[in-house]
Amino acid sequence: MVVVAEGLDRLFEALRRREFTVVGPTVRDGAIVYDELESAADLPTGWTDEQDGGHYRLERRDDEAVFGYVVGPHSWKRYLHPPFLRLWRAEKRDDGFQVARDEAPRKPYAFLGVRSCELHAIAIQDRVFLEGEHVDPIYRERRENAFIVAVNCGQAGGTCFCVSMNTGPKASQGFDLALTEVLEDGRHYFVVESGSDRGAELLAELGGSEATEVELTAAEVAVKNAVGQMGRSLETEGLKELLYRNYEHPRWDQVAERCLACTNCTMVCPTCFCSSVEDVSDLDGEGAERWRTWDSCFSGEFSYIHGGNVRQTVKSRYRQWMTHKLATWYDQFGSSGCVGCGRCITWCPVAIDITEEAAAIRLDDRPSEQ
Amino acid sequence: MVPHPFRVERVQRETADTFTLTLEPAAAGIEIRYRPGQFNMLYLFGVGEVPISVSGDAASPVPLLHTVRVAGAVTRGICELGRGGTVGVRGPYGTPWPVEQAEGSDLLVIAGGIGLAPLRSVVYHLMAHREKYGRVAILYGTRSPDDLLYRSEVEQWRGRFDLDVDVTVDHAGLNWHGRVGVVTTLIQQAQFDPDNTVAMVCGPEIMMRFCVRELEDQGVDLGDIHISMERNMKCAVGFCGHCQFGPEFICKDGPVFSYQRIADLLDVREV
Repeated sequence: MVVVAEGLDRLFEALRRREFTVVGPTVRDGAIVYDELESAADLPTGWTDEQDGGHYRLERRDDEAVFGYVVGPHSWKRYLHPPFLRLWRAEKRDDGFQVARDEAPRKPYAFLGVRSCELHAIAIQDRVFLEGEHVDPIYRERRENAFIVAVNCGQAGGTCFCVSMNTGPKASQGFDLALTEVLEDGRHYFVVESGSDRGAELLAELGGSEATEVELTAAEVAVKNAVGQMGRSLETEGLKELLYRNYEHPRWDQVAERCLACTNCTMVCPTCFCSSVEDVSDLDGEGAERWRTWDSCFSGEFSYIHGGNVRQTVKSRYRQWMTHKLATWYDQFGSSGCVGCGRCITWCPVAIDITEEAAAIRLDDRPSEQ
Repeated sequence: MVPHPFRVERVQRETADTFTLTLEPAAAGIEIRYRPGQFNMLYLFGVGEVPISVSGDAASPVPLLHTVRVAGAVTRGICELGRGGTVGVRGPYGTPWPVEQAEGSDLLVIAGGIGLAPLRSVVYHLMAHREKYGRVAILYGTRSPDDLLYRSEVEQWRGRFDLDVDVTVDHAGLNWHGRVGVVTTLIQQAQFDPDNTVAMVCGPEIMMRFCVRELEDQGVDLGDIHISMERNMKCAVGFCGHCQFGPEFICKDGPVFSYQRIADLLDVREV
């Protein structure tokens, strides 16, 4: 189906009628972030982002593209696996204490503007929180009813490498609707595809028309353009084995000289799932709460056991992070932990580049030292 | 994944900094079942939560026994609660010692320091099913005689004709007339058939490494050696990421591992 740009207003209305809280991209503090949106007017129309290692700038576009940017510092894990969340509250009682779990958000989320790499990231977190021996009820409650409107990328950013990771730029599954934005010959429209029954039902309410051959081709060309624009690439062939046999490699020392262990890469990563808990009590000691917060393998206390931190050096923490993303993740969850979104490269204050680090080790493979 | 309140029935002092807590569920209807080697998360109201191995007899799981060493705010607070206090418990979690797979084999139970706590459940199990095992040796080492855990109980085990129990300390004063030396020296003297032996080892990582080396020298297959690992844990169910050890989550893939499975990782510093 083809829906004209104004159809986005109808999309918002249709989602609201279904009682969804719409979350999508908007411009704030010089970046495109995800937040709850009121209407299509909140979308970053006419903006794009310029990205490179340690570099992110918003720029005005010379057109009115709504999704003419790549990805910003936020990812959908903010909503599915919130950065700061109370797990439960307990009250003291005569026979000990009673625990009450917190409720899930009242209205399900509709995520608008989910990129293909992000769909893959959500699928990866699904495997972590839903498909193992234990299920995280918080993630499940938020994930189960979420409505996903994907957007196929019509351009790639300077740190993108989804083509290497086989995760984009076109959404292949895991969405209710997928839009491809086309601006051509003075026309501005979306080619919309449904990926579920409820998606198809909603699509019928958007007042679209059957897509013509020309429109479909234009959408295909847009995505093809993105494929050709990838700012980075990563050779994944044998990558797991490469890293497993290079736990001891001088490159880890070199990257540690630059790495600030600031945790930015883990905060912006759409698949990083580590968390910590903090137990707190009321001042009168009668009530207590447990809070869960995002945590990072780059912090010292992350690996603390009585007597000290297991990973004392920044070298060991960077190695843990990168080896987890690109190697041990396969053994844990059956896929790479990296989707090639490039956020860790863009938001690293010293521009450490995971693709460059992996390539350096590949170029100087030292299996004998293990 | 929320803690259930348990009442502290008894606090038994084991050593200067180690206590065994006897815990009963505060409310009815809580089923308790665990296997030797598994652990629970113990919660001190408003303060925090720590992973602690179960050290009782899995065949009679209530009351629940946990031996806790004072190492930080939570363990200190738990040990200071006293009779009538409340501890939160969730679990059990993790992999057990392979007591069933070890049937028919000689068994070496090798403990260092507080490492005897998770292995005591193994000793209870094998005493209850003694006929299913070959020769059984319990080899226990601590830093000093004052650090010996369950001392009178170990002496009782030593009085049995169907267990070889040997104890050594790293250093001792004049009132110690037992063995002095590291626990690996006991392996050299123990009676077992290396081709048909299962070893279960728990203690500091360095002690486990040297035990494994000695067992390997004696001809025990690395796949028949099992060790119990420890790492920082927040969730105990594989979500928080803290306990990762290469591809392993200590909380759900361990804490008990076949040595063979993690041997390569143990050779790398700061994994």
